[in-house]
Amino acid sequence: MTRKQRRAVFLVLSVCVVTLALLLMAFALRDTIVFFRTPREVVEMAIAPGTRFRLGGLVAEGSLRRGAGLTVAFAITDRVNTISVSYTGILPDLFREGQGVVAEGKLDGAGHFIADSVLAKHDENYMPAEVAKALKAEGLWKDAGKSEKR
Amino acid sequence: MIVELGHFALVLALATALVQMLLPAWGVQARDRQLMAVAEPAALAQLSLVLFAFLALMHAYVTSDFSVETVWANSHTAKPLVYKIAGVWGNHEGSMLLWVLILALFGAAVALFGTNLPARLRANVLAVQAAIAVTFLLFIVLASNPFLRIPPQSEGRGLNPILQDPALAFHPPLLYAGYVGLSIAFSFAVAALIEGRTDAAWARWVRPWTLAAWICLTLGIAMGSWWAYYELGWGGWWFWDPVENASFMPWLAATALLHSALVMEKREALKVWTILLAILAFSLSLMGTFLVRSGVLTSVHAFAVDPRRGIFILTILVVLIGGALALYAWRAPRLQPGGLFAPISREGALVLNNVLLTTGCATVGVGTLYPLVLEALTGAKISVGPPYFNLTFGPLMLPLLAAMPFGPFLAWKRGDLAGVAQRLLAAALAALVALVIAYALVWRGPWLAPFGIALAVWIIAGAVCEWAARVQLLAAGADRVWRRARGLPRSAHGTTLAHLGIGLTLVGIVATSAWQSERVLAMRAGDSTEFSGYTLAFRGVAPAQGPNYQEQVALFAVTRSGSPVTELSPAKRLYDAPRQPTTEAAIHVAFLSDLYVVLGDELKDGSFVVRLYFNPLVRLIWIGAVVMALGGALSLSDRRLRVGAPRRARGAQAAHALSTE
Repeated sequence: MTRKQRRAVFLVLSVCVVTLALLLMAFALRDTIVFFRTPREVVEMAIAPGTRFRLGGLVAEGSLRRGAGLTVAFAITDRVNTISVSYTGILPDLFREGQGVVAEGKLDGAGHFIADSVLAKHDENYMPAEVAKALKAEGLWKDAGKSEKR
Repeated sequence: MIVELGHFALVLALATALVQMLLPAWGVQARDRQLMAVAEPAALAQLSLVLFAFLALMHAYVTSDFSVETVWANSHTAKPLVYKIAGVWGNHEGSMLLWVLILALFGAAVALFGTNLPARLRANVLAVQAAIAVTFLLFIVLASNPFLRIPPQSEGRGLNPILQDPALAFHPPLLYAGYVGLSIAFSFAVAALIEGRTDAAWARWVRPWTLAAWICLTLGIAMGSWWAYYELGWGGWWFWDPVENASFMPWLAATALLHSALVMEKREALKVWTILLAILAFSLSLMGTFLVRSGVLTSVHAFAVDPRRGIFILTILVVLIGGALALYAWRAPRLQPGGLFAPISREGALVLNNVLLTTGCATVGVGTLYPLVLEALTGAKISVGPPYFNLTFGPLMLPLLAAMPFGPFLAWKRGDLAGVAQRLLAAALAALVALVIAYALVWRGPWLAPFGIALAVWIIAGAVCEWAARVQLLAAGADRVWRRARGLPRSAHGTTLAHLGIGLTLVGIVATSAWQSERVLAMRAGDSTEFSGYTLAFRGVAPAQGPNYQEQVALFAVTRSGSPVTELSPAKRLYDAPRQPTTEAAIHVAFLSDLYVVLGDELKDGSFVVRLYFNPLVRLIWIGAVVMALGGALSLSDRRLRVGAPRRARGAQAAHALSTE
């Protein structure tokens, strides 16, 4: 085998691997990504029931209800629209009314959000960046006391 | 006063680093040995100064000096001493100082132990090392000063309670040692490009440093994963979270670099590629620092951060990475191509390893950065989760893992695939047996999982086979085997161990992902439940008082077919400062599997939400990582590496001798 041929072997190998990777990525990025939506976007875009997405906003004050069972109901609001959410399981430690939250799941036919995960954050004063951005966009960002624990 | 001295030392360190960057580099151009020799004392002085600054900051933490802003924001008098110390790097400013301290440490190590390096190379390496230090010290002094004073406060705000944990106290230093250790490979690469030449001696120098960094990275990542597993109470050990990916990408690149440096050391081939990998590995480390600390990514692990600093770090990234890559594009074509080898050979196998690892690393990178890019371009906010990574990274790793046992068996230059396959017959049989046993034992779960176990056993048995063949375990008497094992270079034992570790980790990953059991239920004191062969009796919840928290501790009596096994006490804590709740999972280790209990909220009727997990063989994930690190350490202790690079003329000869081995 000449030097050129050997080089060709490795070139072909690399091209094959990279092509495979590109195909996999294209396929995976089409099918597995999850969009982040605010309640307002959910209403405006009329998202179809059954589509997976992340719903982010604040936990509406006074909305948290716990049944006798394991299912918890609360509402996520961006102060423009509010979406009711139900979730079965243990809520993250830092889940509190009035705090930022991100839930992932689907809408049922009645516009009710069924979450299968509620995102925990490590920091008490942490606002998920997506929520903060959305709140700023909605003009509801309260800066006071929020930005200060750096 | 000590704080001001620390601040002053930091500024002096910046000045020293500037000297260390400029004079030796100028000396190399002017061929002035005296100027070049400035690098060593400068590196040592820089280390002393940064160390002093770091100790000064630590002193402020230990004595709870709340007139220092970072101490006030992150510490508290009631905190146990070890967390006061760990608090130094539990925040942005302190962790950057730790970063620079480790950087200075590595630089000083090159100055001290690099006496047998060619003078020009050493001067260049130390100058590049200093250039990195300059950028980061500038960043600290200008944008992230840990010594800033505020009006004295009576009490601090405390450290985030989930960071008050032994594993997390040592996770950042280890991870940083790994990140920063790769800076040596980077500096050597840039120095080689400036010189326009590299040889086996160069690779021989780079490999131990990369190995040391790789060991730290491996342990650091494993420790972080272990911490997330037991502290966050999710029962998971890896989430493909951006911050995790940020540490995983340098690990992948460093693993690739280790293997390609091997080819360069033994065969003087893949020079240009190895240099590029060295640059990329450290660039990914820098990016890791940037991603974690800038707040540009949404991550569960991102602690409150300041995006303004992101711009500064971004500039550092562009200057360092862009500069190195530009230098590479300009100078790399001048490097002499190295030895020839057939596609089926040890070198060929290592090239396959490199192609797959770097491509895998790229898919992780795309998944991590895609949301950022998409948002910048279209404003759409998305998240890329585990399904993406399982679908892209997973398939790319499969051929790598399957080919792994072949590599060490293949001869340099030209290998005999059929012969190797024959020698791996035992490993293949072991894998087949494992497949059958896995199917027989576990009837539930995905049908692919037993194949995963078989793959892992193939790797483990393959590593054992290779070692056995080297010491002639089956063909020779005990004393001869012992002699051969002693005669084998330690790096060969290291390879075996590290590959074995991968197999162990893989067993843990497959078993836990496929056969984890999970149940969430409401339990009242007195209730009991059956779970994964255990009976858990819930005795109730009692309050307790910790040093800086109050907690609600539950008690579960665990029995297995009537006989008591253990008592588990998961808890919910409420820390005093900052006032933040945490969940403490209780774990019972049964052989290598975990029974994992989490206490949730109290319900209206007085019962508690309880989450139970059974994670089969989950311990192997971390045990495997420790075995990998041990393999690395063994290889690092190899005499040939410890002695370091021989002089250039001898280095070429030695490389030649090795290649004809």
